Amino acid sequence: MTAVDQPADGFVVTDGPLRSGCDQKADEALCIGGVSFGSRLILGTGGAASLEALEASLVASGTEMATVALRRVDPSSQGSLLGVLARTGVRLLPNTAGCFTARDAVLTARAAQEAFETDWIKLEVIGDDKTLLPDAVELLDAAEQLVDDGFVVLAYTNDDPVLARRLEDLGCAAVMPLGSPIGSGAGIRNPYNLAIITDAASVPVVLDAGIGTASDAALAMELGCDAVLLATSVTRAREPVLMAEAMRRGVEAGWLARRAGRIPRRRYADASSPTEGMPQWG
Amino acid sequence: MRLVLNGAERTVDGAATVAGLASSLGLGASGVAVAVNGEVVARSAWPATSLHEGDRVEVLGAMQGG
Repeated sequence: MTAVDQPADGFVVTDGPLRSGCDQKADEALCIGGVSFGSRLILGTGGAASLEALEASLVASGTEMATVALRRVDPSSQGSLLGVLARTGVRLLPNTAGCFTARDAVLTARAAQEAFETDWIKLEVIGDDKTLLPDAVELLDAAEQLVDDGFVVLAYTNDDPVLARRLEDLGCAAVMPLGSPIGSGAGIRNPYNLAIITDAASVPVVLDAGIGTASDAALAMELGCDAVLLATSVTRAREPVLMAEAMRRGVEAGWLARRAGRIPRRRYADASSPTEGMPQWG
Repeated sequence: MRLVLNGAERTVDGAATVAGLASSLGLGASGVAVAVNGEVVARSAWPATSLHEGDRVEVLGAMQGG
C-alpha cells in the first residue's frame, strides 16, 4: 500500500481541466460573457470609508471590474462613484443587492441597464436580512427571466452544486457561489462543495462572499474557482489599500498553485533527500 | 406637477413628461434610470412618456454596495 491515498482529513484540491479563456487557443485570461479579463479579482464597492479610499483600493487590487448597487439618488449629487470607475478604467458591474424577490431583481436589472448602458448584471436575490443567503427559488426565476431578456447574468448563489448546475443550464454567464455569508469573513465553509461546483461547471465560477483574508482568496482559486469577488474584507480592513494588494497576490498565488499542481497529501513523511551515498560515521 | 419622487411628495415644474422631469431635475445624460409606477422607462421613451398627478417616480443611480 502506498501512503499517497487521499486522506480523510484533507479535502481534495481539484485537478480538473482549466476552463479556457476567450481565445480558445492559448488564452490564460478569465473570460466571462465573451469579455477577457487580465485580473481574476472582482471588487465590490460596499463599505468603503470614502470614494478616495475606494479608488486607492481599486488601483492596488489590480481589478478590472467592480460591482455597484442601484439606489435612489439625489439627482444633484450623483455621478462621483461612476467617475471613480471611469478614472480607474474599471468595468462597472451593476448588482441587485438588497432584492428579496425575482420581480424586484428583474426590475433593478432593467433600471441598471438603462442607467449604465450595460446588459451585465450581478444577480443577487436574498432570503432574509440576518444571513443574506440566496433565495434559490427566486434566484432561478429571476435568472431565467433575465437570460431570456438577453442579460449577461452573473448569479450569486449558495455553495450548492445542483443549484449551480441549474443556473448554468439556464444560461448564466458565471456562477458565483458563496464561501460563507456576505460580510462574515468566515472564509470557505464548504470546500468540498465548492470543489464539486468547480469540477462540474463549464462557465466561470467566481467565489463571491465570505472572504476574510488573502489565504481565503488563494484557497478559492486552488479549489478551482476562476475568479474571486470580495468587498468587505478590503473596504473594512484596517488598511484597505494594503489588503487590496494582499488579495491581488492571494488570487494570483492560488491561480498559479492550481496550475502548477499540488503534491498529494500523505500521512507520513516522504524524504526528498537521497538515501544513497550516506556516509558511515564509524 | 405633484409627484411622489423617491418616496417623498414633491411638486416639480415642467414635468409633463419624463424628459421634462429629467430636465427640471438636472439629470445627467447617463448614469441614472427612471421608473414610473413600478415600471422602468427606457431613456429613448422619456420624451413620449407622460406623467400624471400623484405618479410614483423613482430616480435611481449608482451607489457603493454589493
